[in-house]
Amino acid sequence: MIQVNNLHKSFGTLEVLKGINCRIAPREVVCVIGPSGSGKSTLLRCINQLESVNMGQIFIDGEEITSPKTDINKIRQQVGMVFQLFNLFPHKTTLENITLAPIKIKGMPKEEAEIIANELLRKVGLMDKSSVYPNQLSGGQKQRVAIARALAMQPKVMLFDEPTSALDPEMVGEVLEVMKDLAHEGMTMMVVTHEMGFAREVGHRVLFMDEGVIMEEGSPAQIFDNPHNARTQSFLSKVL
Amino acid sequence: MPHMAIQYIYGSNYIDSLLAINGLQVVINNFTYLLEGALLTLQITILSVVFGMLLGLITGLFKLSKNRILFTIATAYIDFFRGTPLYVQILLLYFGILPLFMNFDNPFIPAVIAISLNCGAYIAEIVRAGIQAVDRGQMEAARSLGMTTRQAMTYVILPQAYKIVIPPLLNEFIAVLKDTSLVAVISAEELTLRGKLLYSTYFEAAWIWGTVAVIYFIMTKILAILGDYIERRMATE
Repeated sequence: MIQVNNLHKSFGTLEVLKGINCRIAPREVVCVIGPSGSGKSTLLRCINQLESVNMGQIFIDGEEITSPKTDINKIRQQVGMVFQLFNLFPHKTTLENITLAPIKIKGMPKEEAEIIANELLRKVGLMDKSSVYPNQLSGGQKQRVAIARALAMQPKVMLFDEPTSALDPEMVGEVLEVMKDLAHEGMTMMVVTHEMGFAREVGHRVLFMDEGVIMEEGSPAQIFDNPHNARTQSFLSKVL
Repeated sequence: MPHMAIQYIYGSNYIDSLLAINGLQVVINNFTYLLEGALLTLQITILSVVFGMLLGLITGLFKLSKNRILFTIATAYIDFFRGTPLYVQILLLYFGILPLFMNFDNPFIPAVIAISLNCGAYIAEIVRAGIQAVDRGQMEAARSLGMTTRQAMTYVILPQAYKIVIPPLLNEFIAVLKDTSLVAVISAEELTLRGKLLYSTYFEAAWIWGTVAVIYFIMTKILAILGDYIERRMATE
């Protein structure tokens, strides 16, 4: 589903990604862990082309998105993204946040988009919040709306950029629960996270990144219980 | 002697002595003449603000564009009109540039063109600042859903930016209203020129210019009150 070949990315003279290679199969849930500044978020943002890459290729569903010929807007419609700070549209209600893209981009009739949006709101447990503005929602509710908004475009892949890092601790669970459901439904997911419990329980595979490279990858059990790389060991000893 | 005091105030003596003031008589007799000037001031202001907003929105967006040509055009335009006096711009356009393109038998259209171009440059900067004040994550979220830059601007960024720009925009409207006094130099008979014409006939400087100032003040005050009202309504939304 996603293939990354020898990806390099620099911000000025700072090289953030130093040759990343990875593949994500359809229906696979891959969690990316690692210390701050290791390039996890940048990798995710490159996959959605929110950052341009300096070198290397990214394929989504067989299409090379790093090629200048690709219509990136078409690709992005198939790749949902969830941000750490939610980025809900504050001037739109919950329902409008979800229906905006299907109506404006896909030209979906409003009634149809609202049916889908209500279905998604039910799924994330916020049926009663459809006419509410984002500033009246809690952090956890905002993030669930953001997930519903991304799902409304019926993406093939979902990218999560530290979706629970900005949440109060008691709200982390409700967001992870929604993500877990999504994983069980067979959504292909790439999750940058500090929630090791989630990575272990839901992830099919875990990538450990540090200093712009993937230091180690493997099954959650292998990474968490028997890390081979010294950096992985020292990172996990600090967070677990 | 209360009775006498009342007679003094309400009696013909007092009003007569007031009306004997020449300047007041001039102002009263020519009040509609001044108000007509104020009406022209308002017309020039409103038209200039409308065109200036269109111009400012377009060039403000150009200023944020990645296209070097659009960016350069916008920058040159804004730099010129913010970097030279409006007075000079009016003279240059009226006597130097506009006659090459059009014939005009009264200065109304040139006045509107000059002030529109000038306030467009200021509004462009207001628009640019307003758009940049919208959180960067909003554009990213919109783009990540598959919107083009234009769609993201239309549906996500501009609806948020417009609330940010309203206070500075109203400030600019007040400035434009006062700046219209400069088109007196190309003999557009707005409030200031009418005042000047009255003065050169009657030489009652304090009364005539005082009245002109008060009329300007009332107009800007109304704009300011309107601005406060809009701001308060938006705050409660």
